[in-house]
Order: sequence, then C-alpha cells, then structure tokens
Amino acid sequence: MGIRYSFGGDEHLFVECSEEMSLDAFFKSLSMTNGIRDSEIKGITEICPANASFQVKFDPDIIKPDDLLREVKSIEGAAAKSEPVIRTRIIEIPVLYNDPWTHETLMRFRERHQDPTSTDLEYAARINHHATVDDFIAAHAGSPWFVSMVGFVAGLPFMYQMVDRQRQIEVPKYLRPRTDTPKLTIGHGGCFGCIYSVRGAGGYQMFGVTPMPIFDPTQTTSYLRDFMVFFRPGDIVKFKPIDRPAYDQAVEEVDNGQFAPPIRDVSFDLREFSKDIDGYNAKLEGVLNGH
Amino acid sequence: MAIKVVHHGLATTVQDLGRPGYFHLGIPVGGAMDRYAMRAANLLVGNDEGAAGLEAVFMGPQLEFTADALVAVTGADMPVKIDGVDQPGWTALKVKAGQKLSFDFLNSGARICIAVSGGIDVPVALGSRSTYPIGALGGYKGRPIQAGDELPVGEGSLASEGRSVDPGLRRVPGKLAELRVLPGLYWHRLTEAAKETFFADEWKVANEADRMGYRFKGGRKLDLVEREQPFGAGSDPSNIVDSCYPYGSIQVPGGTEPIILHRDAVSGGGYFMVGTVIAADMDLIGQLQPHTPTRFVKVDMDQALAARADEAVRLERLRVTLKS
Repeated sequence: MGIRYSFGGDEHLFVECSEEMSLDAFFKSLSMTNGIRDSEIKGITEICPANASFQVKFDPDIIKPDDLLREVKSIEGAAAKSEPVIRTRIIEIPVLYNDPWTHETLMRFRERHQDPTSTDLEYAARINHHATVDDFIAAHAGSPWFVSMVGFVAGLPFMYQMVDRQRQIEVPKYLRPRTDTPKLTIGHGGCFGCIYSVRGAGGYQMFGVTPMPIFDPTQTTSYLRDFMVFFRPGDIVKFKPIDRPAYDQAVEEVDNGQFAPPIRDVSFDLREFSKDIDGYNAKLEGVLNGH
Repeated sequence: MAIKVVHHGLATTVQDLGRPGYFHLGIPVGGAMDRYAMRAANLLVGNDEGAAGLEAVFMGPQLEFTADALVAVTGADMPVKIDGVDQPGWTALKVKAGQKLSFDFLNSGARICIAVSGGIDVPVALGSRSTYPIGALGGYKGRPIQAGDELPVGEGSLASEGRSVDPGLRRVPGKLAELRVLPGLYWHRLTEAAKETFFADEWKVANEADRMGYRFKGGRKLDLVEREQPFGAGSDPSNIVDSCYPYGSIQVPGGTEPIILHRDAVSGGGYFMVGTVIAADMDLIGQLQPHTPTRFVKVDMDQALAARADEAVRLERLRVTLKS
C-alpha cells in the first residue's frame, strides 16, 4: 500500500494512504494522524482524518512545506508498527427506509440521476444484484458499519460496511450533486453509507431517514449536551429498520428529550475481525443487545 | 447599543475571521470571504481585526443605529449612504443615533464588509461569531439577518472618524480575474491534453457561486486518464474514495464544471480535485460576480509562498497606515 503525498495549495498537506477503501487503509490513516498529533509539530493547525487518506493544515510562515513533508513522512514508519485496536462505541440507529421525504427529493432531482426511471433504492438494489428493494434493505441493515470519517458538513459520518468485499454495497454518486437533501437522510455513495446531519447539497443515493439528530448547535438534544457533534471516527453503527408509527414516536421522544440511542462501549481489533467477519459482528451485536 | 435591520439586502451575515479547529468534524472555518476587507473595515473603526462585522453580497442592507457609532464599508464598490447622503467607502464614518446606513447598486466586486465600532456582539460559538447557516451555528441565530432583527453591538470608541484606507491599499477586481493555482491532489488523473486546456481556457463564474463554493463554466471538458475505479470510489471516473477537501481546492464533478471550495466549504467528499487556489488569492474569489471571465494561472510552491509574502506585506502596510 503506497502512500501518496501532495500539497493542497500553500496551507494543506494531503496524504492518501490508499487509492481504494479498506479498513487496513483506514487504520493506517488513523495511526498516522495519531502519530502526527502526538509529535506536536509546530505550525500544524488542523489534522483531518478521512476514510483512506487525511489532510494536515499548516501555517507555512511557521513551518516550510518541505520541512513539514519530511516530518510527516518520518512518522509513516512508526505508524506502520502500531496495533490496529481501538476502544470505541457501538450505537443502534433507527431508520425509516423508503420514506416520503427522500422520495419527494429524489423525484425532484431525477434528471441528475443515472437511472431517471427508477428510484434510488430500486436502482441500488438492481446494480447490487438484490432481487427486491426489501432484500436490499435487509442487506443494508443486516450488518454493522464502521465510521471511517466525520465531515462533509457538520458531524456527518461516512460509514464503511463491515462485511466481506463481495457483499459490500457500492453505488455511484449522482451524476451532478443535488442542491437539496432532507436532514437525517441515510445516503450511500461509492462504498460509503452516510447520515446527512443537516439539510443541504449532496451527491449520495438516498435510502431513508433516521429520527435521531446527530448534530445540534443548540445542544438541547439530551445526548448532545456535552458536544454538538455525535459521531467520532471509529464508532460502530447498527441500523434498525422501523415503520412510520415507530418513526413518528421516536421524533416525539426526541422533541421531549426522552430519546436515548442504545450505546455500548466496545473494543475493536481489526486482526480478529478480519479472521472471522460474521462471527466478530455477531459478538458486537451481542454487546449492543446486552449479552 | 443595537442596530435595527430595516432591510436585510440579499444575503447578509455576521462574519469575523472564522472558526478554525473543527474542520475534522465537517464544521468549516467560515469567516469573511474577503478577509483583507474585513480586517481593513475593523481597523478603520478602531476594532480588533477579528471583531465581527456584516458581510453582504450583491445588495447592501439598510440599517438603523440606536446610538452614535463609527462605521466603515470596504470590499466591493457599492455606494454608501447615511440618511440618503453619499459617503466614501474604505473610510471611518460617524453615524448618529437614529440615522440610517444604506447602499446604492453594486458597481464592481461582489461583497461588502461593514464594521461598526465595538463589533457585532452576538454570542461566540466554537470560538467565533461567524454565521454557518446550513449548520444553524453562530452569527445572529445561526442565519442571515432579516428585517426586524436587532443586532447587539459591543462597546467601541468614536475617536478615529475620517480615517481612510490609501487607494493603493484597496483591492478592486479587474475585468478578467486571474486565480493562481498550485496543481496537485488528483492532478495526475487528468490527461495531458486536459492539463493544458484547464489553464489555457477562459472560464466564467457560474450562477452557482456562494460562500461554500464557486462554480465555473465555459472551458473544455476535462478528460480523465482511463483506469479501473478503485474499490469504494464509485463508478464515474471523476469519483474518488471520499477524502478531505482543502480550502481553495478545485473539484470537477464529471470533468465539466470546476468548483472552488471557499470559506463555508464542505470538508470532504467523493469528487477528484485538480489542485488548489493559493491562499493569497482566496479573498479575490469572493469578489467575483457571476459571468466574470476567469483564468487559472499555474504556479509552483515557491511562487505561492512569494505571493503569500506579498499579501503579508500589504496587510502590514495597512496596519501601519491605520495605526492611530
């Protein structure tokens, strides 16, 4: 896995750990960003981890771009030796699939889509070789997802499906990005799932919505009082399909401060996971369900 | 003291120099699109450079003052009026209680910065008063101002009336914009022919141009080097495995319309980028109107750093000349 370095203008160093996505690439990126943070290099102002790459923002008046590049490259070797184990959380997130709001939106932007005659769900089901939309939803909700990046807009998680590559859902992004996406839409682009934290532009296929806010600048949502952004890289998510009455009830619970997502602390070991993916996921789900 | 918003203009927001430190969570730096202009406006009225002012695009607001204040308007060329009487731009102006600040039609540029002695005193959110509208964060109630709003103003001094910025230190965009770009990021994805046409063609600012990004049209389509798409990227050749987007980076969805990401940019995503506008030219982008002819000019890192040093000198001269 060759690492590629490039400058983003005079203030950013861009580091691509791998061209393609994998949890190995994510852990490589994570260990490098941790190493950079620990090294406290003067002039670095922000470290932004992404799925299989990361970005460092720096002040070239304090550190010359070439000096920064040399320092970051020197961290590469040490990072390769770190263990791919993290302490993290697993969270259950309810989803109303095939909801009326994303349906209205996807119909509005049909001319920007690869297949204007079907819906995003029908299209995604077909190109991923599922016989029906229900089968596709079962595959989407049937395994946990790993949060491999937080960003795009405030607190939006990019999620990587924790199944072997043959079973991973892959869809293209819209031909041209939409100018509108409902808040809390469950999206998918490339191999990544996401939850749109706020209403706005987006290029991912849209499958449903969750009633659970994940960004709250007012910090009045019960589980966002400590910080307005819910997700952190490394979080593990399990979707739970719900129907419309359950969705409406959850929205009401959010509004009156009673909604609390099931969250459990868990440790994740990439080597153990890779040895037996389904068995490992079953254990993770066991933790979520209190076994 | 407060400012009553009589009319909000088109899209007027509270901005300062931004909110660094949260890009890794998708919360952009924000702040004035033309930071030099915002710094100048603040210095003129005796504020810290980082005080919060108003940024208005294309059309100015109409504001009524409840107490005497100093104001300064910088950035785009948009005639300034106090109670209907013409006033100079880039100058510290006295406004008396009950008087109204308003604007005439825009002549050139796109955005004005309005500073008030004492600064707009909205609550600080994550270290800044800047408005991030799609996140409903910061500024006045997390949104652009509206008629009827009352903007709180901090305590300021009225000492420096009449000072103005030397015309040589004001930047007015020309008829043809030139934006210097450091090629990089996914530059290698372009064919040799596309690498040439990107810099050779004349582009025009499109209508989709705002604080998040500026879209350009009119150049030839950029072809990408053929490859098997990497796993996770998506099938279009312009798709990548979602990564971080540097400020000023130029993404080209489908290879057709370049988009320069600006202060309220999304922090990452799945479209390839050809390079990045250098920091010294970012302020200029915010002053471009739709349809402005634009050329991208190829520079290397040394040239980018030299341009950065020139900007620092200009800013220092501004500070020195306005030091009272």
